[in-house]
Order: sequence, then C-alpha cells, then structure tokens
Amino acid sequence: MDFNTKFTPHTWPDHPEQATMEGKNKVVGFWIFLACEVVLFASLFATYLALKNKGPAGMEFTTQGLFELPLAFAMTMLLLTSSLTSVYAIYHMRNFNFKGMQTWLAITLALGLGFLALEIYEFQHYVHLGFTFNQSAFATAFYSLVGTHGFHVTLGLVWIATLMIRNAKRGLNLYNAPKFFVAALYWHFIDVVWVFIFTVVYLMGVIG
Amino acid sequence: MSSHDTPIVAKSQAQYEYDRHHNAVHMRKQVINFALMIFFTFIAFAVVAADFSKYLIMPFVLLLAGVQVVLQLYSFMHLEDKKTHFGGVIGFFMWVGMLIAFTFFLAFLTIIWW
Amino acid sequence: MSSYTQKKGFGATVWDYITTVDHKKLAVMYLLAGTLFFAIAGFEALLMRIQLMKPNNDFVSAGFFNELLTMHGTTMLFLAATPLLFAFMNMLVPLQIGARDVAFPFLNSLGFWLFFLGAVFLHLSFFMGGAPDAGWTSYASLSLYSPGHGIDFYVLGLQISGAGTLISGLNFIVTIITMRAPGMTFMRMPLFTWTALVSSALILFAFPPLTIGLLMMLFDRMFGGNFFDHTMGGNTVIWEHLFWIFGHPEVYILVLPAFGLFSEIIPTFSRKRLFGYSSMVFATILIGFLGFMVWAHHMFTVGLGPTANAIFAVATMAIAVPTGMKVFNWILTIWGGSIKVTTPMLYALGFIPSFVAGGVTGVMQASAPLDYQLHDSYFIVAHFHYVIVGGIVTALFGSAHFYWPIFFNRMLNETLGKWTFWVFFIGFHLTFFVQHFLGLMGMPRRVFTYMEGQGWDQFNYISTIGALMMGVGVIMMVINCLMSIKGKPAGRDPWGDGRTLEWAIPQPIPFYNFRQTPLVRGLDPYWIEKQEGNKEGMTYAEPIGDIHMPNNSAIPFVISLGMFIAAFGALYNPDADKPWSIYILIGGLAITFGAMIVRSIKDDHGFHLHKEEILEIEEQLYGKGGNK
Repeated sequence: MDFNTKFTPHTWPDHPEQATMEGKNKVVGFWIFLACEVVLFASLFATYLALKNKGPAGMEFTTQGLFELPLAFAMTMLLLTSSLTSVYAIYHMRNFNFKGMQTWLAITLALGLGFLALEIYEFQHYVHLGFTFNQSAFATAFYSLVGTHGFHVTLGLVWIATLMIRNAKRGLNLYNAPKFFVAALYWHFIDVVWVFIFTVVYLMGVIG
Repeated sequence: MSSHDTPIVAKSQAQYEYDRHHNAVHMRKQVINFALMIFFTFIAFAVVAADFSKYLIMPFVLLLAGVQVVLQLYSFMHLEDKKTHFGGVIGFFMWVGMLIAFTFFLAFLTIIWW
Repeated sequence: MSSYTQKKGFGATVWDYITTVDHKKLAVMYLLAGTLFFAIAGFEALLMRIQLMKPNNDFVSAGFFNELLTMHGTTMLFLAATPLLFAFMNMLVPLQIGARDVAFPFLNSLGFWLFFLGAVFLHLSFFMGGAPDAGWTSYASLSLYSPGHGIDFYVLGLQISGAGTLISGLNFIVTIITMRAPGMTFMRMPLFTWTALVSSALILFAFPPLTIGLLMMLFDRMFGGNFFDHTMGGNTVIWEHLFWIFGHPEVYILVLPAFGLFSEIIPTFSRKRLFGYSSMVFATILIGFLGFMVWAHHMFTVGLGPTANAIFAVATMAIAVPTGMKVFNWILTIWGGSIKVTTPMLYALGFIPSFVAGGVTGVMQASAPLDYQLHDSYFIVAHFHYVIVGGIVTALFGSAHFYWPIFFNRMLNETLGKWTFWVFFIGFHLTFFVQHFLGLMGMPRRVFTYMEGQGWDQFNYISTIGALMMGVGVIMMVINCLMSIKGKPAGRDPWGDGRTLEWAIPQPIPFYNFRQTPLVRGLDPYWIEKQEGNKEGMTYAEPIGDIHMPNNSAIPFVISLGMFIAAFGALYNPDADKPWSIYILIGGLAITFGAMIVRSIKDDHGFHLHKEEILEIEEQLYGKGGNK
C-alpha cells in the first residue's frame, strides 16, 4: 500500500482505519491492549475498595467528608462530552473532512484540559486539607487510582495533540487514519474508566 | 499492495451519497446514545443527592454504569459495526477481561483478610 | 542487491542486531539471552545445593543464601523460561501461520530490549549493594523491611522486563489473529501456535496485576506510600493476592507453550496426526481459563476462611481434567505410530511421566487440609520443580534439538544429545524425587542450613549429587550447541517427517520467510503436500510479487535504555545523600518519551522488495534456479 496516495472524498474508503494491513493490525492490537488495561484498572479499583477509609488509628478523613458531588459532576460532564466530540471527529474522518476532524479534536482537547485542571484543583484541595499521598492507606490508594486515570488523560492529550500537529499540513491518508481512530478509541476508554471512577469512588463514596 | 489491503476504487455518485447518508444516520444514533448517557449520569447523581437508601443506590448506580460502558464500547467505539475487523474476537477479549476484573472485585471485597 | 547476503563487519553486525525487527533474529537474541540467564540461575541453584549438601555447612552465608534463592526463582521464571519460550514463539509462530513477520515488528524489538535491559538491571544488584532477598514471591510483610536496595532492584527490574513481556505477548496475540495465511483457519493452526495464543492471552491478563503490585511496592518503598503498611491502614495480603493472581497464570504461561512444543514433536516422530486435535485446543483454552480462577490455592494458610479455601481447592482439582485430556492425547498419538526415538522424542517420552508426577503432587496440595501440612516444605519445592523442569525444561531441551535446523540450519549431534538427556534426566529425578520425602519429614524450604540427626542428611546429599549431574547435562547441551557451528547445513525438513509450514520453507530461510504466501489446505499443510507428491512443499496463494517489509529501527533500544536509566533514578530516590537521583529519573523518562515522540512523528512506511530482487536473493541463497 502506498501510504502517500492522495484521496478525494470519492475515493476515500468506507472504513479508512481498516483499509490497510497495518491499519487492521493497529485496530485489533489496540483493542487487545484495552482488554489488558481493563485488568490493570481492575487491580487498582479492587485495591481501592479494600483500602477505602482505612488509615492510621484516629484518621478523620472519610469518603463522605472528603468528596463533593458538584465537582465530580462537572468533571464527569466535561469528560463525557469530550467522548461525543471525539465521535464527531471520527465521523468527519470517515467523510474525508480533515478540517472538521481537526476542529472536533481541538474541542476534545479543550474539554480534556478542563477535566485535568479540575482534577489538579481537586487534588490540591485535598492536600491542603492534609489528605496527602503519605497520609494513609486510603489516601495512597485513592491517589493511585484516580492519579493513574489522570495520567492516562494527560497521555491522551499529548498523543492527540502530537497527531494533530504532525498531520496539520498533509491532511488525511491511509497511514494516519488508523492513528486518529486508535487515539479516539483510547479517549473513549478513558471515559469508560471514568464512568466507574465517578460511580464507585465518588457516588458510592458519598453515600458511604 | 498486499492481499490484505482494500482496493482503492472511486465510488459512484450514488454510492458516495449512500455512504454519506449512512454515516450521517449513524452519527445521529450516536448523538441519541450520548443523550442517553448524559441522562443516566444525571439520574445517578440525582439519586445520590436525593439521599435514598444506600441499598437502593448501590445496585442502581452500578447498573447505570454498566449500561454506559456497553454504550461506549458498542456505539462510540464502533464495536457494533459488523465491518470491524475481527470484531468478535475483540469483543471476546474485552468480556474475558471484564470477567477477570469481576473476580478481582469479588476477591478483594471478600477475602482480603483483616 | 547483494547487500542482503554479504558478509558484514563486526560493528555492522552488532548494529544490525540492535536495530533489527526481524522475528528470526529476535528469536536468536531471545535464545541467547535466555540461555545466559538460565546458566546464571542454574549456577545459583548449584551454590545452594552445595551449601545444603551436609548439615551445618558454611559454604555461603545465610544472607547470601537468601539472595541466591530469590534470584534463582526470579531469574528462572522471568528471565530464563519466559525468553526461551519466546525464542521459540518468535521463530515458529510466523512460520507456522505463513506470515512474513509478526503484526508489530517494532514492538517485537521493543519487547526484547525492555526484557533484556530489565534483566540486566536486576542482575546489577549483585554488584551494587546486594541482590533482593525476600524470595521470588517477595511477600510485602517481609520485603518492605528488607534493608538496602535489593528489593528496589527486584521491583524496578521486573517492572521493566515485565513491560517487555507484556508487549511481546500482545504482539503474538495480534499476529495469530490477523496474520494467518489464506486457509489457515483457527482450527487448522498447529498446536504450538494455539498454545502460544492462549499463553499470550494469559500474559495479557496476568501481567497487569503484577505491574500494579510492583507499582504499589515501588510507592511503598520509594515514595512513602502505605498500601502494605498495616500501621497506616494498609494490608499486606493485597500483595499476596496481586502476586498470585499473576503468579499462578504465569505457571500456565510457561507450561502451555511447552505442551505445544511436545504436541509438535510427538506427532512428527510418531508419524501420525496428533490424536484429538480439537480436544487439545479445547483443553488448552480451558486450562488457560481455569488458571485464572485458582490463585488463592497458594494462600490456603493465610486464613481466607473455609469457604474460600474449599472453592479454590475444587477449582484447582478441576484443572487436572483438561491436563489429563492432554496426557491421554499424547499417549494415544504415540500409540500405534511408526515411532522414531530421536533426541526430541526421548525428551517427550521422559516428559510425560515426569510431568504427571508433578501434576499428581499438585492435586495433593490442592486439598486444603493437606496443604496445611505441606505448605512451605520441601514437598512444594519438589512439586514445582517436577512441573517446571519435568515439563518446561525438557520441552526447551527437546525442542532445541528439534528446531535447531530451523534456527540455524544445522543439526545438533544426536548421540551427544541422547547422552545429555540421560545425564540430565537421571540427575533431575535424583535431585527432586528425594525432596518429596524431605518435605514430608518436615524440612522447610528456604532454609540455608539444618541440624544433623534429623534424618535429612542422606537425602540432601543425594539431591546435591543429582543437581551436579543436571549441571553436567546443561554443559553437555551447550557443548552440543557450540559444536553445531562447525556442522553441515541441514537443509529443508532434515528430520524427514515435518508436518507443518515451518518445515516447508527452504533453508536458509530468507528474511521475508515466504516468497509467496502459502495456501493452507488443512491441518499439517506440509504433510498434505508431501502426501500428494508436491516437491515444492507448498501451494501458493499468490503469484510472485512485491513484498512489503518493515524498516530496522534503533528507537526500541533507546526507549528501553531510557527506562533503564530512569530506574536508577527511582532506585536512589529515597536516599537522602543522593539528591541527583531525581534528575536521573527525569532524564531517563525524557529519553524514553522523546524516543516515543520521534517514533510518532517520523513516518515509517517500510520498504518494498521487488520481484527481481527476490529472485536474485533466492539465487544467491539456493544457487541457480532459485527455490528448488
């Protein structure tokens, strides 16, 4: 496959991300990687559940006292919406509309940055209260779980930004279409993990 | 060009328009799914804020989270698309991963010896 | 295009191996690295056995003994058995499924370098203030309080090499799913490819818990975390769970490919189709699945309660069923076959009773009440060495003989091979059979010495003699390998009874494997072609045309090197007198991420090999007339 073939909307294949051997491998491989990530996050979640509210004798921090619903709700809305915007980006990718795709990816990035800013604010707030990483087993487990998710978000932002900048001048081809598709898959997966974080950590934390 | 590649052919105008329309319809479905997800999230936060019984909330929000995950995987991540290369194998791996994840939860909630 | 077969200078050859993405070269590198660590770990075992030869011995100190037993277990499982099996997987899987390379050649190289540099990092501990000393399981209640940096080396080294293993496993899964030649349906795949697929799937799901466990240990030891510290609300049993969630599947990760290798050797030398192919596939998948549901049988004595113990005991016993299916299928493959007792077949025949013995003691331990008696005794040591040496090492030795011509186009010496087998096999049983009795007499494992007059002296002495015999066997094996350098080219299908595609390729194998993609018409495709008198050995699915191949790359090595450097930074981070460590950590990570960004920005389209070049290469390799 000549990766530099120029396309028009009429010659652009129906599933550009899977039109080449490399693309097919990339998509299948990335899904398999996500299956591995499911187990990775499950280990962190299970540990968090086991260590929730556990600390040195007389620890005053509990999930109920610590977590606030409005902040979690705002973060959830930002990340869920960014999931939809990346769906829009892939929609435009399949229609061979490069401008549209870049625009929607930029919106995704903005929403992701907003999410990250709120998360940093949240962590800072907790540290300010004295709930530091070393304070208790609960704190260590909480920061590890939510922080690993935050790390994934950061990585996703850097990844998507790199892709956008790298391909800004040359537009879509069959070499970079799978890359955009896979980055979008990653972004959705981050959202999947967050759905469980806001449910298990925040919602079930607030009710105790 | 290897035998695994899709041949590049110019689409006829009718095919082109059909594909465009198909994509647009598909996108509309995605937006509906998104609306559903937002709605579920809203309900989940609402039942917690409304301070219902713990034993009602827990299974309920977990159920909503499960539905959201299925929507994400099959709709947003295009797993429902029949043209996804080896979609069945991918689904199998994802569900096995989730099954194993479930055993972790079960074990860590029951047999972490205190 | 004579450059493909030209003799290269030493520097160019080294550079070629550092940057290669060819699965065959990586297989050779895995083989060499695995053998190196196998020799190191074997040497550690010999030192331990010499120490235990007589009571109250002072050959090594107690502290050094702890380091030896930890490094022996860790190295054998992570850094010897795994890469040696990866060598066979890398070499054989693409050839068996008719592919020109793995799905992600770049990742294949990255996986190797991460594994290798992680392994080197771990072994540097010997020279940098002491090796890890808390056992290969490194239980948190012990390892958190181990002074010095030994455990830190364990955590970081395994983290890096584990990432490499995970990447390689993922690569094999995708290769087997997507890269199969036309006609190679799932139910026509050779059994070794099947076991490679299932064992890679186990890697995929088992290594993340280890990664998380190691990450927690890293946080606790180096960054002030509290996962396992009970005074801060932590729980040390979490480590045990995470470790065994990984650790038990790890056993199957290793033994399933060994099963696969024997499932290739036995039909070849019985000259019969593998008996019960579909039940073998089913058994493989079932073992893989059940392997995930039994981890707590390593923790019966932790006190999980009778319900949990009963569930895990029953699940463990259930694994004996699919394993038994496999054993019977092998026996029935041999039954009525036209048997040729070559060296690989000899290993296969030795494997079946040895592995069954290890399996039976496994079922004994699955019974929780009895396990309370056997736990942490030499009975356990005897059990897992019967499974690992009797199952995996015999598979590695046997298939080294079997597949040597595929790797190097040379045969190993059969006479020396048979001598090696008997020396090693007798030594193995001598070493470990008596350890069953030592365990039942109450000798605990992981002790550096014992008092005389407990009836253990004689058996320990016998065991040491056996271990020395195993050492001699390994040396004989290495001599055999070295001798083969001077051997004659073996050519295609040297055993004369090859059944699968890897034997159908002319030797030496060109770097693109298949000039034309083969068409697979059934199980054992080469056998089918031979039966139909096809001298070519393959039916082709396509005419000769351009071949697309990946470019070599140094980036995998640089990424791994960055991790290697960063690991030193993390290691010295808790030391107050080494404030520079944080810069090393950041610098190393910067190298890694920088290399990743370069990889992402620089396009790598690979290159095309044109028809004329292919014909020219084939002429150089096989003489005039090309592939005949």
